[in-house]
Amino acid sequence: MQQKGFTLGRLFFFLGMIVYVGNVLGILFTVLLNSASKGWYSGVLPKYLTGEWYGYVASEHDIPHLLFITFLVAIAVVAISIVIAFPAAYALSRRDFKGKGALLSVFLLPMIVPPMTYGIPLAVVLYKFHLAARVTGVILANLVPIVPFMILVMMPFIEQVGVNLESAAQMLGARRLTVFRKVLIPLTLPGILTAGILSVVKTISMFELTYLVAGGKSQTIVVALYADAYAAGARPPQAVDALAVIYFLTAMACLVVALKFVSPTQMVFKIK
Amino acid sequence: MQKGLKGGGILFLLPAIVFVVLLFVYPFLYGLYLSFTSPEGAPTLSNYARFFTDWWEARTIWVTLKIALPATLINVILAIPFAYHMRHGMRGEKLITFFLIIPLTLGTVLVSEGMLSYMGPNGWLNQLLQAIAIVRGPVRFTHNYWGVLISLVIQGFPFAFLMILGYVSGINPDLEKASQMLGASRAQTFVRVLFPLMVPGIAICFCLNFVMAFSVFPSAVLLGEPSGPTRVIAYAAYQWALEKFDFNIASAISMVMAAIELVVISGVLVWRNRIYRGASMVGKG
Amino acid sequence: MKEFSRFIVKELTKEFEGKTALSRFSLEIANGEFITFLGPSGCGKSTALNCIAGLIPITHGEISIDGECIDDGKNKIPPEKRSFGMVFQNYALFPHLSVFNNVAFGLRLRRLSKPLIHEKVTAALKLVHLEGHENKFPAQMSGGEQQRVAIARCIVLEPRLLMLDEPLSNLDAKLRTEMRNELHTLHTRLGVTTIYVTHDQQEALALSDRIVVMRLGHIQQVGAPGQVYADPANLFVADFMGFKNIWDASLGALRENGDMLEAEVTVKSMKLKARLRYPQGDPRRDGLIAAFKAGAAVKTAIRPEDIHVGRDETGVSMRSRVTLMEYQGQTSYVSALMENDTIVELRPSTPVRVGETLELSIAPEKVFVFAAGRE
Repeated sequence: MQQKGFTLGRLFFFLGMIVYVGNVLGILFTVLLNSASKGWYSGVLPKYLTGEWYGYVASEHDIPHLLFITFLVAIAVVAISIVIAFPAAYALSRRDFKGKGALLSVFLLPMIVPPMTYGIPLAVVLYKFHLAARVTGVILANLVPIVPFMILVMMPFIEQVGVNLESAAQMLGARRLTVFRKVLIPLTLPGILTAGILSVVKTISMFELTYLVAGGKSQTIVVALYADAYAAGARPPQAVDALAVIYFLTAMACLVVALKFVSPTQMVFKIK
Repeated sequence: MQKGLKGGGILFLLPAIVFVVLLFVYPFLYGLYLSFTSPEGAPTLSNYARFFTDWWEARTIWVTLKIALPATLINVILAIPFAYHMRHGMRGEKLITFFLIIPLTLGTVLVSEGMLSYMGPNGWLNQLLQAIAIVRGPVRFTHNYWGVLISLVIQGFPFAFLMILGYVSGINPDLEKASQMLGASRAQTFVRVLFPLMVPGIAICFCLNFVMAFSVFPSAVLLGEPSGPTRVIAYAAYQWALEKFDFNIASAISMVMAAIELVVISGVLVWRNRIYRGASMVGKG
Repeated sequence: MKEFSRFIVKELTKEFEGKTALSRFSLEIANGEFITFLGPSGCGKSTALNCIAGLIPITHGEISIDGECIDDGKNKIPPEKRSFGMVFQNYALFPHLSVFNNVAFGLRLRRLSKPLIHEKVTAALKLVHLEGHENKFPAQMSGGEQQRVAIARCIVLEPRLLMLDEPLSNLDAKLRTEMRNELHTLHTRLGVTTIYVTHDQQEALALSDRIVVMRLGHIQQVGAPGQVYADPANLFVADFMGFKNIWDASLGALRENGDMLEAEVTVKSMKLKARLRYPQGDPRRDGLIAAFKAGAAVKTAIRPEDIHVGRDETGVSMRSRVTLMEYQGQTSYVSALMENDTIVELRPSTPVRVGETLELSIAPEKVFVFAAGRE
């Protein structure tokens, strides 16, 4: 069905989108400019630009360490999740069994239940086992929503590689393991990569769980940002914005990479 | 699809089952246990009693609902016309979706933090509003209820929009054509055909959005006033756990959170079933 | 059913993204007739249907009923106000409504009283043999049943034009024949003007009063089934309607004999006689005469059924050796290699064996010749 030029509906749609996008961009640019401004208390643009806040942030935080922890957690979470989620996704895609629906629901619960609801008991347990306040604890906590997410993303990719292909390989003489290695994995690799990169993006921005579990040296950059913003009195807002820009660049870099693999709508869809 | 789990099926599922049990089910059950236990280990209802009888704590339910319900309603209700408009695709769709997922990807912390400057008394938004003479003085968006609500809409709208868009796009376009041929105007087609078919999607979207909004934490703290008007239930749980180190009460609060979310979700699902009797299939014929 | 006296489609053109989906489509439809748009995918038949329905905007042209213009490219009456019915290929039943409510949908929009709606819906369901299914939902019904609900949903509104877009293509072969018969019976009973779109020539031949053969957005031929079947306007129509034995040939001689053209065509080393009923003014006649004058190549088209095993009345025959035989019961689909190194396809009624030598002949009236390039 074709659109007919100019209609009231179209006008409202674009106005709405412009209002929304405008505000989002406004937020981002304010942060960007503020982080490099001096004496910007009123007016549309700052009077002076300076890089001193970045220097300040670099001296107050160990930025390389923060970035290192952030990526370490993200990559570790993704790697472990793939190992757990892939076989599960395979079994769920290929097999039908009693209680499958119930099991699937249980797997998906950690994605539906918001982190703050289960995060506190989870933190308590991790503290009990002395895993909290360490990178290990952060990794374990972040696994909880990511594994179900991965299962959900990978399932359609596995379903796409029809069972027939595996059967065909078996008819040609391949053993189970070889079928896996030479047929299934290569064909589902795009799915695995997609799930992986989406999970990296998600983990970098996940706040609540890491916040509840991390200690001083095992913070990710988003947690450091929150801590700075929270203690706003003790830190100049421009410095907080500087850290925000660093976080923003990190997250956006991963987003841009992710978008090479997957369309924007799919990104959100994979969240439910 | 193979039936049954023989031949390694169970083995494939085992790591995931172990994981879910150890890191989700067990902590949850442990939290449940803690909530009914005193710090010395004796079974008790005092944790819940403490929460519900202390007005300062119990009111967090009301405070959070006051933020979460309107935010969710706004998100879902706004998303519907926008998704309806885009249901057949449009030029620039990819660009629009890209801009919509930016706040989602960046996360609440950045958006909240950024809003402090952008929507502050001297920020661009206030400057703009005053420049086009909508208001005379700066409007207070930050460190109050409105800031938190706005941030929930900024974060929640794209999610609701994209989700409902997915549902609407999945409705067979021939259904609209058939409706037209049978004499229905656009409005009638929407009310009698499209909306009923969207109800399941809208219901799920509402539930997910509500659950996200109800557990709001960083924006309520950074952008609101956690010491009063926007002291949300998640913040209360956090304070008891990591500031007062009373894990029992903290767990109790978490359980209350979960219970309320469950009640609202059930209510929505009952509503949906009432509207959507009968058909279960929305697919392409 | 509501009636009209004149339904005219004039020079209907639809361009979309640089491509012309429909080009100067003109047709006058008589009240009560069953007309089929026939052609392969991409020929524009569905486009034409959707344009007439008002579901897509037209680029140029005019559609009018009884002198009232319903679409001229600039102003158009929207589909919901045209009183046309449309049955879709995938039925497009509303999944959230019961069979009864699906059929009642249009009636409810017109705010008829409850008892009247009940009466009409019951009558419509009876007409399509679905009494008793009122409370079922589309998901619980088979393809054929859904099809019938879709039809009932349209005819209950007594439309002045009923359109069907490849309604049988999703059904299996046996069901297709059953439904085809039902459609035919329904049309005879109700007399509603019908436009039917299909790529299946069997359906077109069985159901239509007239067939519009289309290709790449252009009308190739409009005529009664007998005409289109036995007197194709060009090579494309011939091919589409089941002519085979399309060979490159040259015109040895061409004689005009009133309405007839008598030709001698040479296919490689084989000579054939053709008697063609191409009257004065028929583009086929002009095309062949021009081709003959220019010494240009032509093409033959012969129905396999028209090839006779044995000698003709003048004792002439072509020798051939059977290369392929597919048994089909009453006849067989046979391919044979002739002495001029060309494969001929025939449908003999007596069994033959691969390798067997056959003597074949064709009556000149059954040999069609077209100027090459006139497709």
